[in-house]
Amino acid sequence: MVQQQLREKAKELLSNKTVDLIIGFGEWTLPLRTTPVFIRTPEGAKSLVWNSFCENNLTAYLHKFSRLKVGLVVKGCDARSVTALSLEKRFPNHPPLLIGIPCQRLVDRKKVKKAVKGEILQAVEQGDLLLVKGENFEVSLKREDFLYASCRSCAHRTPHQAHILIGDPVEEVSLVDAHPEVSKLEGMSPEERWSFFEKETSRCIRCYACREACPMCYCAECFVDSSRPRWIEKSLSPSDLAFYHIVRAFHQTGRCSGCGACERACPMDIRLTFLTQKLNQEVKDLYGFETGIQPEAAPPLSTFDPEDEQEFIK
Amino acid sequence: MMFNLDKKDFDHFLKDLLETHDLFAPVQLTEGVSVFKKIDNPGEVSLSQLVPQKSAKEVFFPQSEVMFRYQIAGNQGPTVSEQKIERERILLGARPCDIEAISIIEKVFTGEDYTDVYFAEKRKRTTIIGLGCNHPLSTCFCSSTGGGPFNRAGSDLFFTDLGDAYFVELLTEKGMAFRVNKFFKEADSEDLGLMKEIEDKASQKVDRTVPVEGIEKRLDLMVESPFWDRAHEKCIGCGVCTFLCPTCHCFDITDEAVNQKGQRVRNWDSCLFPIYSLETSGHNPRPTGRERTRQRLMHKFNYYPKNFGRVACVGCGRCILYCPVQFDIREALVYASAKRGKGRKGKFK
Repeated sequence: MVQQQLREKAKELLSNKTVDLIIGFGEWTLPLRTTPVFIRTPEGAKSLVWNSFCENNLTAYLHKFSRLKVGLVVKGCDARSVTALSLEKRFPNHPPLLIGIPCQRLVDRKKVKKAVKGEILQAVEQGDLLLVKGENFEVSLKREDFLYASCRSCAHRTPHQAHILIGDPVEEVSLVDAHPEVSKLEGMSPEERWSFFEKETSRCIRCYACREACPMCYCAECFVDSSRPRWIEKSLSPSDLAFYHIVRAFHQTGRCSGCGACERACPMDIRLTFLTQKLNQEVKDLYGFETGIQPEAAPPLSTFDPEDEQEFIK
Repeated sequence: MMFNLDKKDFDHFLKDLLETHDLFAPVQLTEGVSVFKKIDNPGEVSLSQLVPQKSAKEVFFPQSEVMFRYQIAGNQGPTVSEQKIERERILLGARPCDIEAISIIEKVFTGEDYTDVYFAEKRKRTTIIGLGCNHPLSTCFCSSTGGGPFNRAGSDLFFTDLGDAYFVELLTEKGMAFRVNKFFKEADSEDLGLMKEIEDKASQKVDRTVPVEGIEKRLDLMVESPFWDRAHEKCIGCGVCTFLCPTCHCFDITDEAVNQKGQRVRNWDSCLFPIYSLETSGHNPRPTGRERTRQRLMHKFNYYPKNFGRVACVGCGRCILYCPVQFDIREALVYASAKRGKGRKGKFK
């Protein structure tokens, strides 16, 4: 139903020229996946889909299409990124029109793949179940057992900032007390933490998929690409890999919506969100701030006021 | 010559190889992620993942390679160290697509007019043990690009997994050196029959319909096609496809120096990164994703074929499997093809 309503709304927005372009999700060639689609005609709206595999944060495309009036399909986390970008004055001319869908939490495709033997050729959702088929197998899995960690801990699934809301708002509860990776990390000694971090970053191939998938990474020149000054070398030395990931995470402080798009984009399955989620937690504890929840609240690390409430910063 | 290697002997076979050779094989870094690495003990070898994220090209053309180190002391000129390959090498468990890709890179790195000593030396000193693909994936299309799941071209030895044993074929002079290997038993006709059966079954599974033939000429007419305006839209400009591609071979050279000491390093580079083509003046001849996506496909399916007579794609499917936004190179080829494949309908509208 949501999908049908989405298509109708998209068709209407393109027909009456409210927007030039709609960026949403469509079917493509792989199971357990969707692909970003770019729709310019009312007829094209029928290729839009909505399911548990809409894993990209499409907000990242707004930088590329800043000259157009864009209608953007957003989940709760994606909409929060848009709000964060608005605060950074990224949309002076054409703020995007947000077509929000309350999110049912997304399915972790890598987790599903690990649960079966053999290649998955087809995956369909049926209510709370996920029917997965391969050449010699057919299993039905409980959808709830295969959600992304970032989705399990999410308590902002309804994109309240959206201009158009498709479907009814959902209950805002986290399925877990805290982000599981963060709790694990907090329980470690500094040495264990560092060795966990180094083990993860050692797989990095510096393809920068995490950077490119992130809507908040839009620096005209990323520090890794700068040659004057040269902040970092281009090889795979452990110190360079650690340096890249530390700076990437730190640059997200107070800006990350916790969507998890960086981690999903990584071909090497590096766990990236434990750092950003930890920072999100710190910002929440120290400043009472969560990215993109209040449209007017300035990000705490971008502002300074002699009357700042926090004692530690004076 | 054909042999049988009992899987019970496999670790001993590897242990023996390690005595005399540097051995490179797929290693699992974490569940579902593997790469080709130098092996220290047989237990590290993991042949279960059909296409490890990083391909076997890394054995010959590492992502990051020190070309030489230098040091300046006092008034003397710099002293420079060289990289030497100390021992003979073995690449084990590479699939036919990756092996085909090595020959594609080899044509560039060991051309008539120039030789890349770093690549050439490693290639010369390496014996390749290929491994057939019993269960190709739906994203595999090696049979469309001139290969196949049991294509033996480029392998010195070729293994087929028979379940309890490997069927071993010695194919070249380098391979024949293994005929006296104590773990190889003579293969019987039953082994041969089983191997053929597995090969036939796998070969039928691989997609042959991706239209690659004639793609070079078709692309000649497509330089300014509106197709590129659409094709690049969803590309986020990361380097996944190019870094995981077994045939991509662009690199960048930098000096990493502190005071009097330094090293010259070459690192993989990707035509999808904006700074790849950024000039010192600030001008970028490939200013947007449109030009960069076009470059990626043109190099594989137009420029390379013009220079070397075959497409620079081996159909391994890595770029499809690991792309964060599902850019599917097969669909781009279907679109670009005049023939549109045999009975195959393209998805690009």
